[in-house]
Amino acid sequence: MQPFTTLTSTPAPLKVVNVDTDMIIPKQYLKTIKRTGLGTALFSEMRYKDDGSENPDFVLNQPAYRKAEILVAGDNFGCGSSREHAPWALLDFGIRCVISTSFADIFYNNCFKNGILPIKVTPEQLDALFDDAERGSNATLTIDLENQTIKGPDGGEIRFEIDPFRKHCLLNGLDDIGLTMEKAPKIDAYEEKLKQRAWA
Amino acid sequence: MTATSAPRTLYDKIFDDHVVDRQDDGTCLLYIDRHLVHEVTSPQAFEGLRMTGRKVRAPEKTLAVVDHNIPTTDRSKGIAEEESRIQVEALAKNAKEFGVEYFNELDKRQGIVHIVGPEQGFTLPGTTIVCGDSHTSTHGAFGALAHGIGTSEVEHVLATQTLIQKKAMNMLVQVDGTPAPGVGAKDITLAIIGEIGTAGGTGSVIEYAGEAIRGLTMEGRMTLCNMSIEGGARAGMVAPDEKAFAYLKGRPKAPQGAAWDAAVRYWETLRSDEGAHFDRVVRLDAANLPPIVSWGTSPEDVISVTGAVPDPELIQDEVKRASKKRALEYMGLTAGTKITDIPLDVIWIGSCTNGRIEDLRTVAKIVEGKKIHESLDYGMIVPGSGLVKEQAEAEGLDKIFIAAGFEWREPGCSMCLGMNPDQLKPGQRAASTSNRNFEGRQGYRGRTHLVSPAMAAAAALTGRFVDVRTLG
Repeated sequence: MQPFTTLTSTPAPLKVVNVDTDMIIPKQYLKTIKRTGLGTALFSEMRYKDDGSENPDFVLNQPAYRKAEILVAGDNFGCGSSREHAPWALLDFGIRCVISTSFADIFYNNCFKNGILPIKVTPEQLDALFDDAERGSNATLTIDLENQTIKGPDGGEIRFEIDPFRKHCLLNGLDDIGLTMEKAPKIDAYEEKLKQRAWA
Repeated sequence: MTATSAPRTLYDKIFDDHVVDRQDDGTCLLYIDRHLVHEVTSPQAFEGLRMTGRKVRAPEKTLAVVDHNIPTTDRSKGIAEEESRIQVEALAKNAKEFGVEYFNELDKRQGIVHIVGPEQGFTLPGTTIVCGDSHTSTHGAFGALAHGIGTSEVEHVLATQTLIQKKAMNMLVQVDGTPAPGVGAKDITLAIIGEIGTAGGTGSVIEYAGEAIRGLTMEGRMTLCNMSIEGGARAGMVAPDEKAFAYLKGRPKAPQGAAWDAAVRYWETLRSDEGAHFDRVVRLDAANLPPIVSWGTSPEDVISVTGAVPDPELIQDEVKRASKKRALEYMGLTAGTKITDIPLDVIWIGSCTNGRIEDLRTVAKIVEGKKIHESLDYGMIVPGSGLVKEQAEAEGLDKIFIAAGFEWREPGCSMCLGMNPDQLKPGQRAASTSNRNFEGRQGYRGRTHLVSPAMAAAAALTGRFVDVRTLG
């Protein structure tokens, strides 16, 4: 996994609440057996017209945001299906940080497994970030994970909270499975204890 | 396992019982007793194991079944759509290579993974159950701690039989009273989501309790727990009781003999202690609950069948107002339209929410001897599993459905998410017993209204929503 340290980018505003993972990547793209190449499918039903051409109204189709690496979105981002194709599609498009007031649990979890940083902010901070984001290429945000800050275009700074273990893994690009494998003796001991329960 | 004298919730007990390791910051390694696997969210996980030379740690605790992609028409000649076929073949190959038991599309035990688990007795009280599918919360009906995970976590569980977890908050949803005839588990769950919102349960595990919950059948409890994720909760659960034990006894993978007796003794301890702390409590009176219909594109967009489409202009928050206006536009509805005046095109009955035998019996009772309305494009009934289908046919329900004009299909997820050919066409409007009314969920530009099986059946007869309580 690619480590996440700092990121500077124009943020793209997606002013929609309850963006669900079906919206992030519709079902027809879940038939792949790979993790890569899903960037073109990101937000496909909002991003393309019926004839397959781009919908110019959609934020990521606008010149200022086509290379955005930060997405600022309404409350409860990533709700619904557990599909990890949602973070895979975001990452493949180039988005490495999503900012919202809240995230659905499974999506939030999935982000960390893929080197994407989801940041929770207050409703007031989100409004300010929407304002920044709407200035297009005139405004950039700088995310500093080590110091847990978002620096705005006018020198303002927002501090955000993050679980220390998740932060550590993200900063160092650590693989969860490798870390857990080191605890194999503890899993063995647990399984030994389980034998007392014939049904388990 | 943690010794503590403080009163604990059902969730606390099961969580504590499965902690393999606890770091100083509270991050835990949680043991996973049961892992369900399907074709859509597992190929990349198995590929990850192959690339790193890892094995499945406990194949006997893993069960694979195909459900999302498969057609619900005759499958004996294979799957026509290439990508779906490749994904199904990948699961068959992976199950074989890694020694995991697998129910293929021709096996009568095949079905939607969340219907298969309980049906086989793979789902048991007090266990931890995961699956790469958000509706894994279904299994909480038996007093299991069950939730959906992403594909990276599927790989983690396959390799280590554990999951990295932090303790969630405890939330109690207390549902008192006895619902009116025709009002049931689906209405209760939609009403709860309407009350708390789709993010209302975020970061929490819900325990459902109260007279109305105790009164539900196991199937009703599965419907209820199934949609916990639609309220944002990590999991939903009901303390196991005689109904849960009776449902499981004699199932192929349930314990037998002395092991069964020992299991029941343990399962009987699985309830929240008197005075256990809940971070949040929500109360609902089921006695006054009407049948519920969704009007928008989020499961929180719900209203009584006796109500009208709400006016988004009344919402204060700008982003929320814009989102709900967008929902109405997508749904092709105008504020103030009575719910019973909305004409329908399609009736779809099935899914891990409402594709069980009890759901089909409810539908059959309402449509028996009648015809689906001529204004409908079609009505489709998809049993949740091969065993549900077999049971329904043994009871003659299939004949009732076919005589009424419904299509009677092979088991699978079908139009609940439309990964197979069962999809709404753009603009088509469905009354659906599924769980999500998201944009495009049941087909590109399709319009979904979530309802109970009784409400879907009643709507089938009239081509529009009717209050099932008035059918008599």
